[in-house]
Amino acid sequence: MSWLAEHLELAILIPMLGGLCILVFRNRPKLRETSSILAGALLFLYVTRLLDPDTERTEARTLLEISEGLSIAFHLEPLGLVFALLASGLWVITTVYSIGYLNGNAEKNQTRFYLYFALSIASTMGIAFAANLFTLFIFYETLTLCTYPLVTHKQTPEAQNGGRVYLGVLLGTSIMFFLSALVITWIHTGTLEFTPDGILEGKIEGITAALLFTLFMLGIGKAALMPFHRWLPAAMVAPTPVSALLHAVAVVKAGVFTVLKVTVYIFGIDFIATQDAATWVLWLAVITMLTTSVVALSKDNLKARLAYSTISQLAYIVIGASLAWPVAALGGALHMVTHAFGKITLFFCAGAIYTAVKFTRVSQFDGLGRKMPFTFMAFLLAALSVIGLPPFVGSWSKWLLVEGSASTGHYFVLAAFGLSTLLNCAYLLPVALRAFFRPPGPDVTAAGPGIREAPLACLVPLCATAIATLLLFFYIQPLYEFLYPVFDP
Amino acid sequence: MLDHLPALQVIVPLISAPVCMLVTRAVWAWRIATAVSIAAFAMAVLLAREVSSKGVLSYHLGGWVPPLGIEYRIDHLSAYILIIVAATASITMIAAHKSIGQEVADRKSGLFYSAYLLCLTGLLGIVATGDAFNIFVFLEISSLSSYALIAMGRDRRALTASYQYLIMGTIGATFILIGVGLLYMLTGTLNIMDLQQRIPAVIGSRTLHAAFAFLTAGVSLKIALFPLHLWLPNAYAYAPSMMTVFLSATATKVSLYVLFRFFFGLFSPEVSFEYFYLGKILLPLSIVAILTASFIAIFQDNIKRMLAYSSVAQIGYMTLGIGLGTQAGSIASLVYLLNHALIKGGLFLAIACVVFRIQSVQLEDFNGLGRRMPWTMSAILLLGLGLIGVPLTAGFISKWYILSAAIEQDRWLSAIVILGGSLLAILYVWKIVEHAYFRPSPNPARDIPATREAPLTMLVPLWLLVAGNFYLGLDTSFSAGFADTAMRAFFP
Repeated sequence: MSWLAEHLELAILIPMLGGLCILVFRNRPKLRETSSILAGALLFLYVTRLLDPDTERTEARTLLEISEGLSIAFHLEPLGLVFALLASGLWVITTVYSIGYLNGNAEKNQTRFYLYFALSIASTMGIAFAANLFTLFIFYETLTLCTYPLVTHKQTPEAQNGGRVYLGVLLGTSIMFFLSALVITWIHTGTLEFTPDGILEGKIEGITAALLFTLFMLGIGKAALMPFHRWLPAAMVAPTPVSALLHAVAVVKAGVFTVLKVTVYIFGIDFIATQDAATWVLWLAVITMLTTSVVALSKDNLKARLAYSTISQLAYIVIGASLAWPVAALGGALHMVTHAFGKITLFFCAGAIYTAVKFTRVSQFDGLGRKMPFTFMAFLLAALSVIGLPPFVGSWSKWLLVEGSASTGHYFVLAAFGLSTLLNCAYLLPVALRAFFRPPGPDVTAAGPGIREAPLACLVPLCATAIATLLLFFYIQPLYEFLYPVFDP
Repeated sequence: MLDHLPALQVIVPLISAPVCMLVTRAVWAWRIATAVSIAAFAMAVLLAREVSSKGVLSYHLGGWVPPLGIEYRIDHLSAYILIIVAATASITMIAAHKSIGQEVADRKSGLFYSAYLLCLTGLLGIVATGDAFNIFVFLEISSLSSYALIAMGRDRRALTASYQYLIMGTIGATFILIGVGLLYMLTGTLNIMDLQQRIPAVIGSRTLHAAFAFLTAGVSLKIALFPLHLWLPNAYAYAPSMMTVFLSATATKVSLYVLFRFFFGLFSPEVSFEYFYLGKILLPLSIVAILTASFIAIFQDNIKRMLAYSSVAQIGYMTLGIGLGTQAGSIASLVYLLNHALIKGGLFLAIACVVFRIQSVQLEDFNGLGRRMPWTMSAILLLGLGLIGVPLTAGFISKWYILSAAIEQDRWLSAIVILGGSLLAILYVWKIVEHAYFRPSPNPARDIPATREAPLTMLVPLWLLVAGNFYLGLDTSFSAGFADTAMRAFFP
């Protein structure tokens, strides 16, 4: 057990080995898919075995010292473990879904797809277990690069353009802002270690702290704060499983995970509160949250709508972090988990609809619900969870975020949360309601009576995650207790 | 035997050069050149070990004691540069045979390889010698032979490129000669250690100012520091592919060494920066170099020219590091020098592989190469990531060091330019990537008979460099460690 916790690099090696198997079996689709699923299952098993009350935190273990003080090191701590659990668990489900989706749509270059998918997960694990900012930064960048071939999978001019925006924004912000924030931190403190209570106390103060915090938040482009959010809609040219796992879970959550790590372990929540370092970011996040919700309303393309919805939900988490209050930050961390389940379901549904009838626009869905009841039922459940209604898991994190904004006296933020929730309803619910209650539209009629649900490999995963949003509502307590000490030691 | 290493390092290639000329068969000329390059590398490694264990090595040529006799002086800095030059030479030569066989006529290849060995002699000599006039002599040896090498390119424009370089290079060398002459006039000595002792006594002299100015201008020309870089893009673009590999990784780097040697060794950093304001010259020029050259690189359709402009920009980074005037900055610059030599050498080698197969360096002709030459193209991609400065690559380490050095001094403009340069690098590197991976291959009819992957003799050295790119990104004990010791000698 402790041996496993001491060798966290296994979490990176398992998906990489999976990738190797995928390469070896590139001409034998069945074996290739099996190795992908097996790697996912093995990784998930490994990460669950790390759950142990005795070793909630481990000391950083250095794998490689690149230069004095700069090392690749891993450690175990609750936040990272939750993130790893989330990403690896959903990877298994997504792999099953991918098999259905890719075969259903006869996608080409599937080996490349599975390979880079595995490498992306390896990078995600590196982010989750990074013991210092330097390590985190390394895997943050490899994640960008590993997902690029997935975004541009179709190799069409459209995909190429999407890839340009994707890479340009993510690499650009990380080099321009994240890296400079890293170096500034390094110069002021001489360390980049994630330390409870932060490392900046007494090293910088006042406006410098605020500037540095802003630099970090803008630099973490994966958290999609405006004006650096354009990459996420651009990434939607990718096949849907990529959008589902990477651009609703792994990549964007890696972004907000980094935000939380920086907030808690580099700055320290108290330090941010006393130095008032997060005000600018808070406002920026509130603006992002509201603006992108409005933009989502105007999008007819379902994946684009979901993408903008994701940006707005990511802003929730950034708000949680920048309220500088333990409960709010905890709400942010929980939102990372709850939103993941909701949003991946929504994307799965979008992909299932595409696989079954090749529809991409919401206005085409009229009356489709009766032909594809499972898909749209799952969509409805997940939408309710993302909106934050009980008895769905999304309500818990929203509750904590609202509580946090109220107890810190940010009533404007409180109002913004309210408004955003209304907007959530306005752009998510009609999708399902149209499908169920409107008479069949011209597209559905034209498609004829042959419309059937997507293949089982697509349908089962999306039902599973939809049911999870419901079940997790009742089992959130352990997660709450597990994460709480991170924010209020 | 070991005692004579500093001289052997230079003499072995020098003697082999005429031998190459006498050999009639191209393959033997290549074998000799390769063997000599590898031997030079072995000697450089031995020298580096000697220096690490014994400290500075001083070799008196012909037994004459300096300052009267000529001294060969190997310190950490020279050992470091010797390794870079000799290693590049070995890699280039191992890969060179087929490419040179294709681009240089057989009857000329004896001459070609002897010119190459002379060039190597000159570069190694500059680094090994401890005598200011000797530096000039070796500089001329290397320059004259590189003019000849560049002129042997297949494209007729190679002749004008070489001529352009000849004119600019000669002006540079003359300036250096004038500078050294003025110093000799002032102090009566040419030995660098001796000069260093005597310069403080004549510090107020107008002649010293003139000498410093001539040296600065001359060296900047050889480095191709903006705006004196105009010779470089054409020279790199039209030289035989393998010579571009060799020159890009060594010529400007050795010139940078000369800058270090003159301004840190001959003058001290204190004199150079506090009395002559070297930083005030280097910093603005470097900043402009990084931005302008990167911009120009984006709009090039000839990939060799694109990479050449990128080199001008990267040289800007190195001079920026020196221009900061601190120990950290100089260490960063030295680390950068090694990493960039490796990355850019590798990129040009990959381009040589492509040229060997498709006879073109136009971006348009790279369409679809990702499928037809997967190993070469993925090498370009990985080295390109190094050029951008993505973590885990050597390029990241150099960026990290130079960025820390700039931020430590609160040089925010420099810091922004360093990062901005990386962003511009993304643009030009990605241009190649998109052409290779997204554009369909040209129609098979006019496709050069089903382009195949480059021969193994070229791919293996190429991938050695790719591996080096990652190795130096993970282990900085050689690059940063050696650079650190080298600079400690100059910054007490």
